[in-house]
Amino acid sequence: MEDKTMSKFQLITKGLVKDNPTFVLLLGMCPTLATTTSAVNGLSMGLATLFVLVLSNMAISAIAPVVPDKVHIPVYIVVIATFVTILQLLMQAFTPGIYATLGLFIPLIVVNCIVLGRAEAFASKHSVGDSALDGLGVGLGFTLSLTVIGLVREILGSGSAFGWKFLPGDGMLAFVMAPGAFLVLGYLMVLFNKYLAKK
Amino acid sequence: MEILLIIVSAIFVNNIVLAQFLGICPYLGVSSKLSTASGMSAAVCFVITLATLVTYLLNKYLLLPFGLEFLQTIAFILVIAALVQMVEIVLKKVSPSLYQALGIFLPLITTNCAVLGVAINVVTKEFTFGLPSHMLGLGEAVLYAFATSLGYGLAMVLFAGLREHLALNDVPKSFRGVPIALITVGILAMAFMGFSGIA
Repeated sequence: MEDKTMSKFQLITKGLVKDNPTFVLLLGMCPTLATTTSAVNGLSMGLATLFVLVLSNMAISAIAPVVPDKVHIPVYIVVIATFVTILQLLMQAFTPGIYATLGLFIPLIVVNCIVLGRAEAFASKHSVGDSALDGLGVGLGFTLSLTVIGLVREILGSGSAFGWKFLPGDGMLAFVMAPGAFLVLGYLMVLFNKYLAKK
Repeated sequence: MEILLIIVSAIFVNNIVLAQFLGICPYLGVSSKLSTASGMSAAVCFVITLATLVTYLLNKYLLLPFGLEFLQTIAFILVIAALVQMVEIVLKKVSPSLYQALGIFLPLITTNCAVLGVAINVVTKEFTFGLPSHMLGLGEAVLYAFATSLGYGLAMVLFAGLREHLALNDVPKSFRGVPIALITVGILAMAFMGFSGIA
């Protein structure tokens, strides 16, 4: 789907708006909804996914020519699961607090359709360098949307932004809980559609 | 008493979609018709229960004795992928009509994060269910998995019913499709929040 004329810069920026994985492609909904209780949580989940995306994209583009076509999906999943395990061990060692907050959703990066989707649609057909940039671009787009959703939910739900409290009181608790996740994502998508329709 | 608590808690209080955000992609993807929604729910129910049984035993008798817990993510996803494939082959032979009915949903279940999520949850988290906090035994784990998948089915069928009505309405342009679906789920999740009073 990507054409050859796309510059290195476009590889990185296309994930931010035009091919935004959350608002346009609707991929990776589970971590998007579950981990965005605050801006910081959204940001860390985005960066964790970015890490796996870049590395698995690079590894898969390197091994793709020698992987038999029939077993390519299982092979890709094992590659992705390996990097997720590396990430789990690194996070347990260096950021145990964040690891505990994000919990289950770190191992679940394995089944995040963004990662397998990029492996299948881009990394298996492009060079290692381009695949790394593609992973970086899509990962940044994902991180950006998760941070925005987290920020909106944090402002409405607890009256703070990135942990900095600027409103007194508790805020509307529902926005930090499950219903808020669906509502905020739904309304942000409406705004995004409006913006895209205007352009 | 404990059995009842496990069932109520898994279906209503901690509903897998509306409170835990697992399995959202197929939830949004196949819920536009009641018939496909119930087909998918049946397939998921089958695979979640079976996958939890197998991964629980794998974890207890293979990974834990050899100190290989860090391989959980990789081992579980492989088991689930193999299991889904196997279920597909068996169903094709034993009950072609059910196989036909489930159709494309079966292979898709591998990447349904609800399956991996429940499998990881039951072996890593402590649950209470009216008793002191403890790791689940095999029977409890399988019952919990089964009840959770019933909760998935309930949420799916409810939402599919809502969406069938929604399709007949004149929805503003930027709300059409996923945004309005997400907002509907948000309201549904709010209703389910009421159940947390039971716990």
